[in-house]
Amino acid sequence: MAAAATCGTGTRSTGSVVVAASRNNVTSFQRRGPRASGTDSGCSRLVSIAGTRPSVRNGQLLVSTGLPALDQLLGGGLAVGTVLLIEDKYNIYSPLLFKYFLAEGIVTGHTLLVASAKEDPADILQELPAPLLDDNCKKECDEDICNHKTESNIKMKIAWRYQLLPKMEARPVSSSRFGHYYDVSKRIPQELIEASKWHGFFLPEKISSTLNVEPCSLNHGYIKLLQFIQNIIYEEGFDGSNPQKKQKNILRIGIQNLGSPLWGDDICWTENCDSSHSLTKFLYMLRGLLRTSLSACIITVPTHLIQNKAIIARVTNLSDTVVGLESFIGSEKETNPLYKDYHGLIHIRQIPQLNNLIYDVSDVKDLAFKLKRKLFTIERLHLPPDLSDTVSRSSKQDLAESAKLLGPGCGMTARGKKHLDF
Amino acid sequence: MFPELNNLLNTTPDQAEQGKLTLLCDAKTDGSFLVHHFLSFYLKANCKVCFVALIQSFSHYNIVGQKLGVSLTTARECGQLVFLEGLKSAVDIFFRPQEDPHPLQFLREANSGNLQPLYEFVQEALKPMDSGEAAWRCPVLLVDDLSVLLSLGVGAVAVLDFVHYCRATVCREQKGNVVALVHDSGDAEDEENDILLNGLGHQSHLILRAEGLATGFCKDVHGQLRILWRRPSQPTAQRDRSLTYQYKIQDKNVSFFAKGMSPAVL
Repeated sequence: MAAAATCGTGTRSTGSVVVAASRNNVTSFQRRGPRASGTDSGCSRLVSIAGTRPSVRNGQLLVSTGLPALDQLLGGGLAVGTVLLIEDKYNIYSPLLFKYFLAEGIVTGHTLLVASAKEDPADILQELPAPLLDDNCKKECDEDICNHKTESNIKMKIAWRYQLLPKMEARPVSSSRFGHYYDVSKRIPQELIEASKWHGFFLPEKISSTLNVEPCSLNHGYIKLLQFIQNIIYEEGFDGSNPQKKQKNILRIGIQNLGSPLWGDDICWTENCDSSHSLTKFLYMLRGLLRTSLSACIITVPTHLIQNKAIIARVTNLSDTVVGLESFIGSEKETNPLYKDYHGLIHIRQIPQLNNLIYDVSDVKDLAFKLKRKLFTIERLHLPPDLSDTVSRSSKQDLAESAKLLGPGCGMTARGKKHLDF
Repeated sequence: MFPELNNLLNTTPDQAEQGKLTLLCDAKTDGSFLVHHFLSFYLKANCKVCFVALIQSFSHYNIVGQKLGVSLTTARECGQLVFLEGLKSAVDIFFRPQEDPHPLQFLREANSGNLQPLYEFVQEALKPMDSGEAAWRCPVLLVDDLSVLLSLGVGAVAVLDFVHYCRATVCREQKGNVVALVHDSGDAEDEENDILLNGLGHQSHLILRAEGLATGFCKDVHGQLRILWRRPSQPTAQRDRSLTYQYKIQDKNVSFFAKGMSPAVL
């Protein structure tokens, strides 16, 4: 396609550029990803990537978010090529989910790309939670093994055939499975970080060089980040266009606090700002990059700082999966007896319908999370038992009021004004 | 296409109406199933379709289209479908600046651009071929979706201008149809989106509005569809006829039923 070859300075193979005006252009670039048109042959190639699995519903390639409970709520995991947006008021628990995502990438051997304007990515990686793997559990299981050893030497007298069967492993298995558990109270061992491949984007370091791209309404920092991401994707062959590199790995991108003033964006300062399209344009470009590569992205946006509600709606529309965390800290719900066992509510606001008319909708809408000493758990919200001797009307009314507040957050197929889910 | 929706709209692929602007909008739910319906409907009706897909990739529509019985790859190869993949083109424009004008030129511009290159692309794609090619029935422009253009820095007035130009060319001159999806932001106070939605609402002949149930989430009824006919073709019919149905989306089909008559309830 001669017309396609004239464009640009890159050394991309001509087949990978689609000139939209030409009707006869059939791109020779078959993206090795879940979007490859349809079939079982595609799936059998994709399953071989570590840490991924095809979705039960439509064969979409999924990666784990680091929290098996969240994976289940999202329909099996996060689809490759999509963006996961974590909305958290006051940013209390979203860094933890961010770290779970990155830690999962290290354990499964995926390449990481960490971008932040506030913290150095190397520091973020130091703070990742430790995985509960075979060798970590070994010390705890050693006493158990000593106990079992004496028993195993006893020969089975009656069911002696069973002696010949291999013993069942009761410990957590190695890192080839999907979704791991992490210990939040411990740090990830240094050797795991060193063995992993990661790229860091720390805005104050990158922004000092001058920019030679013509001005467009995108922020300087965002342009740099997009170029960095695109560079990594191309150089390491995540989009299959680099003829030298045949990459069969997933790139996990994590961008922290996108839209905060530290990125140079002014949507948090005023309601009608000049560069109000910077963030949404960036998200659109990011979506374009992700759809054509084997990568998944997690972003956190400080929605409590953004003054313009329209922008939040647009950001939500441009992200694929949206999870909202509502912590009880500082709100009236902290002292509410309904919520005394939990730290906050979690809402699955949006799930993408990719390659499908429908998606897996979880029936459970009232979900709450709890950060225990070692684990972040997500459970269905249970009402505490009413242990008062007499029926106190005031407390029942409080509970009803709080139950009403659960209404607006639920449902991604439809949201209504009243809270009457059935 | 969904046969039940065809019955509700009183059309079949053989007798598709011409010269109409159809507005699809969704409020608090996802109305993309309507886009899939119209795409497969017009491809089955043997119309020439120009699809400006700004929000999803080609293979997404292709895979869903195969479930609905049309193959987008064959349609594209034989020239029936002109597909502008917004996501892929945006990445190309942004990282590899090109000399020749691209339909999505406005992505590179600093101030809010106009959509003239995009209009010229549509015009070029849908202009009637008189020599040697198979005659398609009527040209159709399908846009998914227009709200994304607002997020990309184009003003609401520029988008309305674009739709106006497209209507003049496609609907009036070439007796074709235009179908566009706009999100209704509801209470998110998105003024630009409201301007766009109201402006298009006044110009369109058929409005399909997918919204959530007023009572919240339900497993068996996924939402409610309001159909509004404006300026109907038959002079004897009433003006501005409106109907409401509820729907449930299944794997390869969407079933519609009257309000409260869901099979799960009966």
